[in-house]
Amino acid sequence: MNAAATTEKKPGLPISGAESAFDRAVGLERPVDSSQLDTTHGVILYLEGITVSFDGFKAINNLNLAIDKGELRSIIGPNGAGKTTMMDVITGKTRPSAGTAFFGQTIDLTKLNEAQIAHAGIGRKFQKPTVFEELSVFENLELAMKTDKGIWSSLFFKLTGEARSKIEQKLELIRLKEQAHRPAGLLSHGQKQWLEIGMLLMQEPLLLLLDEPAAGMTDEETERSGELFLELAGDYTLVVVEHDMDFIKQISARNGKVTCLHEGHVLAEGSLEQVQNDERVIEVYLGR
Amino acid sequence: MNKTLTARLFGPKAWAALAAFAAVTLILVPILNLVVPETSALHLSTYWVTLIGKIMCYAIVALAMDLVWGYTGILSLGHGIFFALGGYGMGMYLMRAIGREGNYQSDLPDFMVFLNWKELPWYWQGTEHFLWAMLLVVLVPGLLAFIFGYFAFRSRIKGVYFSIITQAMTYAAMLLFFRNETGFGGNNGFTDFKRILGFHIAAPETRVVLFGLTATALIGFLLLGRYIVTSKLGRVLAAIRDAESRVMFSGYNPLPYKLFIWTLSAVICAIAGALYVPQVGIINPGEMSPANSIEIAIWTAVGGRGTLIGPLIGAGLINGVKSWFTVAFPEVWLYFLGLIFILVTLWLPRGVVGQIQSYFSKQEKRA
Repeated sequence: MNAAATTEKKPGLPISGAESAFDRAVGLERPVDSSQLDTTHGVILYLEGITVSFDGFKAINNLNLAIDKGELRSIIGPNGAGKTTMMDVITGKTRPSAGTAFFGQTIDLTKLNEAQIAHAGIGRKFQKPTVFEELSVFENLELAMKTDKGIWSSLFFKLTGEARSKIEQKLELIRLKEQAHRPAGLLSHGQKQWLEIGMLLMQEPLLLLLDEPAAGMTDEETERSGELFLELAGDYTLVVVEHDMDFIKQISARNGKVTCLHEGHVLAEGSLEQVQNDERVIEVYLGR
Repeated sequence: MNKTLTARLFGPKAWAALAAFAAVTLILVPILNLVVPETSALHLSTYWVTLIGKIMCYAIVALAMDLVWGYTGILSLGHGIFFALGGYGMGMYLMRAIGREGNYQSDLPDFMVFLNWKELPWYWQGTEHFLWAMLLVVLVPGLLAFIFGYFAFRSRIKGVYFSIITQAMTYAAMLLFFRNETGFGGNNGFTDFKRILGFHIAAPETRVVLFGLTATALIGFLLLGRYIVTSKLGRVLAAIRDAESRVMFSGYNPLPYKLFIWTLSAVICAIAGALYVPQVGIINPGEMSPANSIEIAIWTAVGGRGTLIGPLIGAGLINGVKSWFTVAFPEVWLYFLGLIFILVTLWLPRGVVGQIQSYFSKQEKRA
């Protein structure tokens, strides 16, 4: 309990994740709600001087990144550039050894756990599609839906008509209406990717982090995903990590910014054309 | 209970089966044991009442195991400790209820007189009151599970590491309870009970009441378990089993969920232990041996994880065979048990009930 009391006194940190261990154990952690997000400066995510080291190896090295609200940002970079680790930092899976990560003006991501960050409004799609295989597609979406996620409200949860129609709407969007009552484990790779995207949208996040969303999709599915992302940009903020340059080209077509990471920091940033013509980027990719 | 809830809990066939089970255990068995004369071929001896009562206690334990293992994917190899602690809680009351009828005609339980103890240790205070003892039955194992689970789950200990730690916990507790100084009768444990709430413990009527209470508890926990696994909470538990990281990034903190089902499971085991001791007439640290806890996992696996009804059947099957086998071929029982486990793992990975279910769902698809 003391930990919570002391962090509360710190100025400029209205939202702190450092509740007492007991509070967390019994599910009484302080809720962080996406309505508390302050994006008055137009920036939704600030990473400043982030460094993550694993046994001396710096997976991320003094990374600076700012994402504007409503932006669709593509992130490219060779393997081991730190793209996934950066997402781990933003979603609370990995704590940086230095640097700050703010969601909006006030929410300090380095102080919250994974669940709290999800509540704050950040949704994440993994590189490998991760869905609940034994549950049906419908149930997968139901679990992801934005609602009180404490144990008691889960125990006495009843699906309202409004919630049902929200789920059905998303089923339509991700084209899985026919599969609604099949176990998610039976879906194809591409369908699982879409289900996971559907689950993210059910959370009603403000910022979506998508790690290689087009991997394992057919060309048609990839193109359709690109259209979906372009549609979502504006209402949502999207950060997409991809290797597929055709896909990057498609989604950055409307003035989308591209960031190239290398060895844990930003190598180049700008339009796709600028990044592709950057000397250093060419050097990294072609190994000259 | 409103209609939609009951309809969702079970189908009509399952309700009928449950009602039949209740009728047999609560009406038929008492009549066959108490009313039908011993000379009649239909008479059910007290031996059988006790044996079936004991197996029902094991079935409750298997059900509790299924909630954590089958539904949440947390394999405990130390569930015997909760069962034993519940049993010891009841045992403390039963020891005090002996009063001065013991061998040494003392107010203290016999083993304390034997150890030359002059007064009751502090933790025995109040155990002469049945209600206080019952509170201990629930609170001590519940608190132990809560604290253990809190630290294990908070540190994100999972899979085989968690299983090994639970095994170590029950083993450590067994060693502790083997010591005479611990104050629980050392390796002899508690036995020679005389009465419970004033009734003779060996009287057929008492046995039948204990039997009925066990059956009621079994039905109650089955309904509770069913309510939980069909609720959204149950789906979150299944989701934790399938992809815990996705659960976290969907905004759920898995810790309270795991802690809830883990602690509930421990308390259910403890209540089973408390029902077991007066029927069997003995509790000793052997109940905490790692082998016992492993056996609980085997009952659950044989019956079918994640089916609720499966573990009940698994506990019944294995213990039914066991009570015959250990009389006929006592030396080879453990080998036989190991063999069953291997065969089930190889050919019935979903257990007996799981296999039957998938058979019927295939038939349905064909039709």
